[in-house]
Amino acid sequence: MARYLLGRCWQSAVLLLLVSFIGFGILHLAPGGPLSQFVLSSNLTQEDIDRLTRQLGLDQPFVVQYLDWLGRMLLGDWGRSYRDGVPVLLKIAAHIQPTFEIMSFSTVLAAVFGGAIGILGAIRRYSLLDTLSSVGAMIALSIPTFWFGLMMIYLFSIKLGWLPAGNRSTIGDGSLGDILHHMIAPVIVLALVETAVWAQFMRSSMLDALEQDYIRTARAKGVPARGVIWSHALRNALLPMITLLGLQFPTLLGGALVTETVFNWPGMGRLFLDSLEYRDYPVVMGILMLSAVMVLMGSLLADILYAAADPRIKMD
Amino acid sequence: MQAISKRAFLRLATAAGALAAAPGMLSRASAGSPPATPHGQVIAGISQEPTVFNPLMPANEVDQGVWWQLFSTLWYINAEGKMVPDLAAELPTTENGGLSADGLTWKVKLRKDAKWHDGTRFTAQDVKFTFDLINNPNFKVRNRVGHSLLRDVTVVSDDEIHWTMAEPFTPYMSVLSLTFIVPAHILSAAEDPNTAPFNTKPVGTGPFRWVSRAAGDHIVLEQNGDYHGDGPYLERVVFRYIPDQTALYTQFRTGEIDYLGLSGIQPSFEAEAKALPGVKIMAAPTPFIEHVALNLGFAPFAEKAVREALYLGMDKVARIQSIYQGRPIETESYVPQGHWAYDDALPKHRYDPEAAKALLTEAGWIPGADGIRVKNGVRLAFTNSTTSGAQAREQSQQLLMQNWRDIGVEMTIENMPGAVIWGDFWQKSQYQSVMVASNFLQGNDPDVTERFSSKSIPAKGGSGLNTYQYQNPEVDDLLVKGTHEFDMQARKGIYSRIQEIIRGDLVFLPVYQWVSIEGVKEKLNGYQPNINSSSNCWNMRSWYWAA
Repeated sequence: MARYLLGRCWQSAVLLLLVSFIGFGILHLAPGGPLSQFVLSSNLTQEDIDRLTRQLGLDQPFVVQYLDWLGRMLLGDWGRSYRDGVPVLLKIAAHIQPTFEIMSFSTVLAAVFGGAIGILGAIRRYSLLDTLSSVGAMIALSIPTFWFGLMMIYLFSIKLGWLPAGNRSTIGDGSLGDILHHMIAPVIVLALVETAVWAQFMRSSMLDALEQDYIRTARAKGVPARGVIWSHALRNALLPMITLLGLQFPTLLGGALVTETVFNWPGMGRLFLDSLEYRDYPVVMGILMLSAVMVLMGSLLADILYAAADPRIKMD
Repeated sequence: MQAISKRAFLRLATAAGALAAAPGMLSRASAGSPPATPHGQVIAGISQEPTVFNPLMPANEVDQGVWWQLFSTLWYINAEGKMVPDLAAELPTTENGGLSADGLTWKVKLRKDAKWHDGTRFTAQDVKFTFDLINNPNFKVRNRVGHSLLRDVTVVSDDEIHWTMAEPFTPYMSVLSLTFIVPAHILSAAEDPNTAPFNTKPVGTGPFRWVSRAAGDHIVLEQNGDYHGDGPYLERVVFRYIPDQTALYTQFRTGEIDYLGLSGIQPSFEAEAKALPGVKIMAAPTPFIEHVALNLGFAPFAEKAVREALYLGMDKVARIQSIYQGRPIETESYVPQGHWAYDDALPKHRYDPEAAKALLTEAGWIPGADGIRVKNGVRLAFTNSTTSGAQAREQSQQLLMQNWRDIGVEMTIENMPGAVIWGDFWQKSQYQSVMVASNFLQGNDPDVTERFSSKSIPAKGGSGLNTYQYQNPEVDDLLVKGTHEFDMQARKGIYSRIQEIIRGDLVFLPVYQWVSIEGVKEKLNGYQPNINSSSNCWNMRSWYWAA
């Protein structure tokens, strides 16, 4: 196990180095730069732009800039945002919490409801419930998120006035109740698609499990139907769900761009888009590196959990 | 160098660089009077996020909206176009001895009652420190226009500062009206002013003090009880960042934001907004001039006949009416209408495709087999670029493409993201033609040296913003005269002549002056659009809720 983990860590380090080099290269080779945003509005002259380019070190060769960034990164200095001068890690931390709030709630909702729908669909295959849930999942997956979000706002905010039209909290309030109230609409929008995904995965996984030999054996031994489903089929059907959960982990950093935009939710998706638009290199690189770390960690965590849950799997 | 005529500088100080209020824009509400003590809060919805809180560093218009609340300038220009002393006790003039006759020596008296938000007294040391910081080679300052001419800045006493200028520079009065003073006692203690804690937790002398910022979401400011001027009448001001225009408008519609400014209400929502109960929708002219920039370094555009034909073949009215619902003001100049230097005698544009065709034919551009004109084997074809995703501009490009196709000119659209187009592509004149809105003024002074001087072409090693690559010795001379001249009438004459030449040469194709449609709640008083400021939040200290 320890040897396996060490091997995975070594592979991950090489992969991270590669990701950083390629990411840095693409960012810096793309036309434009962080100072373009000021050109039209601040009356910056070419002289000012040249001076600021020097002061930010952007006039240095690509390799020098990369090594400088890498060196500081390895020492724990992730740099400061070009836009507001805030340290990159603090900036990411400020945005990850709002994203975490809506993502965790929607994932729990989706896992519970999607899982239940998937299990019921598999047990009662081709029943009215199964057909309805399959059609419902298809519709949920097909509805554009922004449209559903706008409809939610139109109905519940503009017409009924039950929910706020956006934002994470009311200025001057910010209590738990207030934040939860603001969370309802974006969580429902996010959970809709996720529920459909979970339901489909769960149904398929459950159907696979139900067709296994050990289920037939259990039935032949006289285990009651409920026992077959809960004790034998479900436990095995849940295993692939661990992978799904592991894969969801890195999406935290990507955020839910459309939902965050429609509901004006200050999460990671918006931070990434803004930083990319303004060519805020340190922040973009920070998000990229954290995303890469989380993808690798998510996958490693899923593998470890999988091994823990399924004694047939050995890590070596 | 010309000496200042009697009273000339007083006139300059009260009107120089000042934009008179355009008709209909002074819609100051006057329901009741301000409360005795600050009351309530205003949430301003904005589509760009304010991120720069050191007012000397590179920033956008949206940041200025926050600076007006936190900081003060020596003087500012109000909505009527008058210079009003703020941290200065009075405006420096030749009459009061604040300014020498040759315009080189300045003696500025300061207020004695202004305090920083931490309670420290504001003094002349702060003004000197601000000037020194601007000229500090290690500081990432926005620009040093005018400030680089400062010499011998001397603190005479806590409330008086003197300096001399290396050469006369008339626009400096205007530059100072937008130079926010920063605290010496805080920033001088910082190890590096570029990364000082002050930059994320600013301390000023303005009507509101810093409370908190939720990055990517909002900024909260609270009233400064020690403010030296009138107001504030609100307990709190909140700037809420809502990047999506639909979400921004929806929150204005549901009442979650009290003021929708800067980007304003999009044309597609305007009719509906006007019918909303409990809100006021106002037209706020801006100094931004929408134009088609032609790169004069691109061979076909070097020919004046081509530029004239393109202008004749451009249906400006259709664009203004069909895409912008008639909101913007048609213009021929780079100076906004209502500005003291604006020349209203410039020749008016006419849409005349037949005249355009005749002009091109006369110049030797003959239609080829595909209908596109050719001269000496060169097709009259070029690209036009703007920021991708700017919906109204993209529609305008379609219209323009059709207009010019009708006269045998091929325009191809090549749009790109903001970070790309406004980089070297624009700055180093790598474009062929661009659709862009610019504020040509220097602060609010009509000096356009950076825009049209032959020494300001970045593509030719110049230091300015002359991305058109325009060169005209007469304009160069006039620009120098304009910055050395202190007599208002003489300056008006100089800048009228410059406008006449720029319009005559069609350095760019002027389209319109932008008018933003902003919305405020009906019960919110004091809102007053000010074309002299980049943000109509300039006077939030005077805003108050009707009882």
